[in-house]
Amino acid sequence: MRIYVPCDAAALATGADKVAAAIVAEAGRRGVEAQIVRNGSRGMFWLEPLVEIVTPQGRTGFGPMTVADVPGLFDAPGQHPKAVGLVEEIPFFAKQQRLTFARCGVIDPLDLGDYIAYGGYAGLAQAIKLGPAGICAEVKDSGLRGRGGAGFPTGIKWETVRTAQADQKYVVCNADEGDSGTFADRLMMEGDPFSLVEGMTIAGIATGATRGYVYIRSEYPHSIRTMNKAIARARQAKLLGANVMESSHDFDMEVFVGAGAYVCGEETALLDSLEGKRGQVRAKPPLPALVGLFGKPTVINNAISLLTIPVILEKGAKYYAEFGMGRSRGTMPVQIAGNVKRGGLFEAAFGITLGEIINDIAGGTASGRPVRAVQAGGPLGAYFPPSLFDTEYDYEAFTKRNGLIGHGGLVVFDDSVDMAKMARFAMEFCAHESCGKCTPCRIGSTRGVEVIDKIIAGIEPEKNLSLVEDLCETMKLGSLCALGGFTPYPVMSAITHFPEDFQKPAMPLAAE
Amino acid sequence: MNNDFKPELVEAIIDANLGLERPLLPVLHAIQEEFGFISEDAMRLVANRLNITRAEVYGVVSFYHDYRTKPAGRHVLKLCRAEACQSMGSEANAAALLTRLGLDWGGTTEDGRLTVEPVYCLGLCACAPSAMLDGELHGRLDAAGLEFLAQEAA
Repeated sequence: MRIYVPCDAAALATGADKVAAAIVAEAGRRGVEAQIVRNGSRGMFWLEPLVEIVTPQGRTGFGPMTVADVPGLFDAPGQHPKAVGLVEEIPFFAKQQRLTFARCGVIDPLDLGDYIAYGGYAGLAQAIKLGPAGICAEVKDSGLRGRGGAGFPTGIKWETVRTAQADQKYVVCNADEGDSGTFADRLMMEGDPFSLVEGMTIAGIATGATRGYVYIRSEYPHSIRTMNKAIARARQAKLLGANVMESSHDFDMEVFVGAGAYVCGEETALLDSLEGKRGQVRAKPPLPALVGLFGKPTVINNAISLLTIPVILEKGAKYYAEFGMGRSRGTMPVQIAGNVKRGGLFEAAFGITLGEIINDIAGGTASGRPVRAVQAGGPLGAYFPPSLFDTEYDYEAFTKRNGLIGHGGLVVFDDSVDMAKMARFAMEFCAHESCGKCTPCRIGSTRGVEVIDKIIAGIEPEKNLSLVEDLCETMKLGSLCALGGFTPYPVMSAITHFPEDFQKPAMPLAAE
Repeated sequence: MNNDFKPELVEAIIDANLGLERPLLPVLHAIQEEFGFISEDAMRLVANRLNITRAEVYGVVSFYHDYRTKPAGRHVLKLCRAEACQSMGSEANAAALLTRLGLDWGGTTEDGRLTVEPVYCLGLCACAPSAMLDGELHGRLDAAGLEFLAQEAA
């Protein structure tokens, strides 16, 4: 009997280790030979811990499992109350187009043999054949745009680093996934870490960089552990180090652990943090591609961008570019979170509408109450009301609606949400996380909290609302990075789409 | 965990990280791991050995939310306060717990048993609300579950 029990952080947080131990104990009691594989997560979090048993028809799932559900697995699995059928036929899974996440949840994350058997390192082999200029052309042709939020074409960034002259260049992976509602980087680092090693190695060869860093936030201890192990195993197999895969290229990499600063997800703050300083934002230009880590040319990409590189090289730019719409090519791992019935990771070609994702795929709210708002793109993203659910998942379509895709997170709220409170929180979060370098962000966010507090208290609401609007305009235009510059998105979208939450009865004048 | 400053231990931590391109953050992580916080004595020693000013070390320690300059309680409970957890009622649960313990965010119970800190996202946004107790993750944590967790940390 071959049984899969995920070791992903979300599965562990919901009791996967206890379930795995119970399975071992029960198998022992019954004298059944059970081989337990700790896979990553399929990304269907409402089912975690999702146990899978291998059958001749495929892997059949049970979830969400508890210790009490374990004996039933050995009695009559077909009639098990937690049986969900063949995992890959669950509509949430079957409707996806998994390119970046093809192996996630399927393989044993640290089994290099498994990784290679499922197409791993075919991309690197192809990359070595193509050579640096060829790889950059391929990435450009794929249409891949930065998955961290800015959406800048990855191939152009690489080409800039490739043609820069320097004695040392770097590849830096931004895995400081701090946006609430996002977990795609984490899912892959824990479920398919060799993909990141391979993607970064390809980036190194493409640009002539020989050293790489993965900057992982400290809030992801499991990702840190798994990545460290994967790097050690890749090094042992000579897939990292001198003459990678017997080529003429050298590349090695290491993990760097963050220290709990959201702003370090901004690329220049991240570079300062890597250099052992306070994570403060740098003014651009110069671009990190030319003057990056330690002043050297640096490819700095979001983890999902780098994780998508192997499949692009393996299957070809054309294959990847055939997915998507407009200038948004390929697929996007959409992360559905918050008050939602079926939350998780849904990788799909660009072009799917917000309403399809929230209503059809995710099934609405967990509370069963009507959806009132969806925050798209993390704490710096806009709140969308259901009247905008026809918005297509596409960089430009979101921009047109005064929103952003960001790193692909969607946080669902039901009708009990107070949008004035959420607008206040956006300012409060910005104040908490501001690096302090530029004034609109450092001071503006604190003033923003104060003014919204007045609105909530009913003090001169009209005057104060126009003050918030004015403040948002200043932060948007005057901030050095997206923290101060994008905080106005959640604030203004809450005011625009949910004005009723900002019209509290005016406070009576102070009684004398 | 022993909170007493031991210069030889700090020296050993620095030595083990000297090969890195910029060892400051890894050294601070390791010191906090060893002693539970980063004392002024430790900062002085780090500045000296890495040949940077004490102001630089202090600047880094005070910038990052992870670093502590005072010992925490025997257990540290980090509660997520970000939007996804808020959408599932985390703020009300946290407020109830803090009120019962008589604490503010970041506070430690009088008996030194438990410190409650905010955290902004643990990446468990589809099984919210979430928390981390002494490095262990917990998801789908309703009010009763949170209370149980806080009591379990004895």
